[in-house]
Amino acid sequence: MTRRFWVFIEQENGKPHQVSWELIGVARRLAGEIADEVAVSGEEVLVEAVVVGNDVKAVAEEGLKYGPDHIYIIQGDVFSHYRNESYSKALVEVVQKYKPEVFFIGATTLGRDLAGAVATKLGTGLTADCTKIEMGAIKEGGPKLLLATRPAFGGNIIATIVCRTHRPQMASVRPRVFPMPEIVTEIKGEISYEEVQITEEEVGAKILKVIRNEAESANVEYADVLVAGGRGVGGPEGFKLLKELADALGGVVAATRPCVDAGWISYDHQVGQTGKTVRPKIYIAAGISGAIQHKVGMQDSDFIVAINRDPRAPIFEVAKVGLVGDLFEIIPAMINEIKASKEAQHA
Amino acid sequence: MFHALVAVKQVPDTTNIRIDPETGNLIRQGVPTILNPYDAHALAAAVEWKEKLGGKITVISMGPPSAVTTIRECIEMGADRGVLITARQFAGADTLATSYVLASIIQRIHEEDPLSMVLFGKQAIDGDTAQVGPGVSIRLDFPLITYAVKIHEINLEENYLVAERKTESYNEIIRTPLPAGLTCEKEIAHIPYASLPNLVYSLRYEPEVWTAETPIQFPLDQVGLKGSPTWVFKTTQPELHTAGEVINVTEMGVGPAVKSVFAKIEASGVLKSVAGGAK
Ligand SMILES: Cc1cc2nc3c(=O)[nH]c(=O)nc-3n(C[C@H](O)[C@H](O)[C@H](O)COP(=O)(O)OP(=O)(O)OC[C@H]3O[C@@H](n4cnc5c(N)ncnc54)[C@H](O)[C@@H]3O)c2cc1C
Ligand SMILES: Nc1ncnc2c1ncn2[C@@H]1O[C@H](COP(=O)(O)O)[C@@H](O)[C@H]1O
Repeated sequence: MTRRFWVFIEQENGKPHQVSWELIGVARRLAGEIADEVAVSGEEVLVEAVVVGNDVKAVAEEGLKYGPDHIYIIQGDVFSHYRNESYSKALVEVVQKYKPEVFFIGATTLGRDLAGAVATKLGTGLTADCTKIEMGAIKEGGPKLLLATRPAFGGNIIATIVCRTHRPQMASVRPRVFPMPEIVTEIKGEISYEEVQITEEEVGAKILKVIRNEAESANVEYADVLVAGGRGVGGPEGFKLLKELADALGGVVAATRPCVDAGWISYDHQVGQTGKTVRPKIYIAAGISGAIQHKVGMQDSDFIVAINRDPRAPIFEVAKVGLVGDLFEIIPAMINEIKASKEAQHA
Repeated sequence: MFHALVAVKQVPDTTNIRIDPETGNLIRQGVPTILNPYDAHALAAAVEWKEKLGGKITVISMGPPSAVTTIRECIEMGADRGVLITARQFAGADTLATSYVLASIIQRIHEEDPLSMVLFGKQAIDGDTAQVGPGVSIRLDFPLITYAVKIHEINLEENYLVAERKTESYNEIIRTPLPAGLTCEKEIAHIPYASLPNLVYSLRYEPEVWTAETPIQFPLDQVGLKGSPTWVFKTTQPELHTAGEVINVTEMGVGPAVKSVFAKIEASGVLKSVAGGAK
């Protein structure tokens, strides 16, 4: 038997979503984690990916750089724009054909829509929004299963979920939870095409119009510097101040949920359990108390600076440097400091 | 006739969740339960369309007997009929087993009283999985619109609806045949104030209570824990991170404090020369 670790490559108009590469990295690591088992059984282990769309060969070629053994392409007009019915049908067919042991899908808007449908059609288990993934036995000497760990109950508990008998073991993972894999020096993977019979008539949903919201879509997940504000910033005006600091640092503004709920800033800026998971190089948290639901989304950032008036705020527990003080005093001082040092450089 | 069905879940108010520090278990006692907020908005959308088209709204919920109050709350908001399915055998259901039970109920209701659409919340705030809506729609073979923010049109004569969904980078306007499944964002509709007749009706209303045996005989290996492929292997407490250095800005003075922060960022090497103009 061949043990296959699969990744769904998400793309839109030929533009791949980076989470797909992050997941190929995870799949490669897991394949390594069963090396002891296959050394005994003599089974082959393959890391493979599948991409669905129209004209997506370039995407597959890019994917090969991250070292999978194989990428399957399913293409056709009917797949030119994402629709649940056509994409889930295509994936179900190839999964049934190749019977992967593990199947990962990015927990993006598209991926969540798709993963639930695919898992249901396959009648298998799906663990959503995993934050940790390994292969391990659940009892001494037992076979290694996918151990998928995720926060539950608003982040108050971390649960490790297994899918014992059904296959594939499916999991979704948010962008940025895992690092980008290294590009391989030598591409050894191959590309092949899979035929899936589905006609436009069979798909109920027709897309009448696509409205892009370019201005809005803040690239919070992939920014190197985030300046995040909480209820302490006091309102939309406060976010303008944070924006000034973010601009000075070449970063992006982020926020906690209450700020989004109050309409101070749009949802795509929200970090946390019901927002985005981020791991920027620098995360400046201003006026954020540090509730567990916020922390789960940002605590893996490289360098966290917390600014809060309250010295007992839990955000300080995850900060490299905590500043106890008023953000309306500290943020402008930071902006001035950057300006001053830029001027000094130019002088 | 217009007939909307809304699947609603009673959830613990997760803002009030507490953990037993000794055992690490959830303290369920005394945690208030609420109607899942997204489901309330989904129901509100159904109510808006019932006002335009006439017809009726059915709500269903799978949960403990206490979920009767959740159903009554839905009746108060404008639903006409409420079905609560409750059985010990359903306990421990994951999303696959949950979608199986809900899809079976919806199928039964649809056969007796054809549905125009089935609405779900975008996600339940206790599990946050956002999988039940897609799972049920797929089982029923209904076209699915996730993350719906607006229903533009429902045309009963020509049997279609037009709705708008929001993704990370664009909004999409989609037309699907009826019945369709939609998972709803909060923007889909404002929660209506309960009207007096609805209030009165809800007070006297007794939801229908279904079990694992009647009116549908569920195969017990497909529901609850037995019918759930996923299984909680272990639970742990969130990891504690170690706190770094804390600076009291009033004592140090804001200027020196800020300088010191930038120096530390610089020294850590995460970004080359941040204060000097990153990138
Ligand atoms: C299921 C669930 C999911 C959730 N998901 C998320 C999520 O994804 N993201 C998220 O962020 N939250 C989420 N929450 C909400 C979370 O529990 C907290 O309520 C929220 O993170 C608190 O936001 P906050 O820190 O902005 O506000 P608060 O807790 O009110 O904190 C404001 C802080 O600002 C400080 N402050 C005030 N004025 C100043 C000043 N002038 N200078 C300096 N400091 C000041 C105060 O001392 C305080 O610590 C979720 C909750 C639940 C139940
Ligand atoms: N037990 C349940 N009873 C009725 N509806 C449910 C139940 N669980 C989930 N749902 C519906 O499915 C949506 C998504 O739930 P979830 O997949 O758990 O995030 C909810 O907003 C409800 O509309």
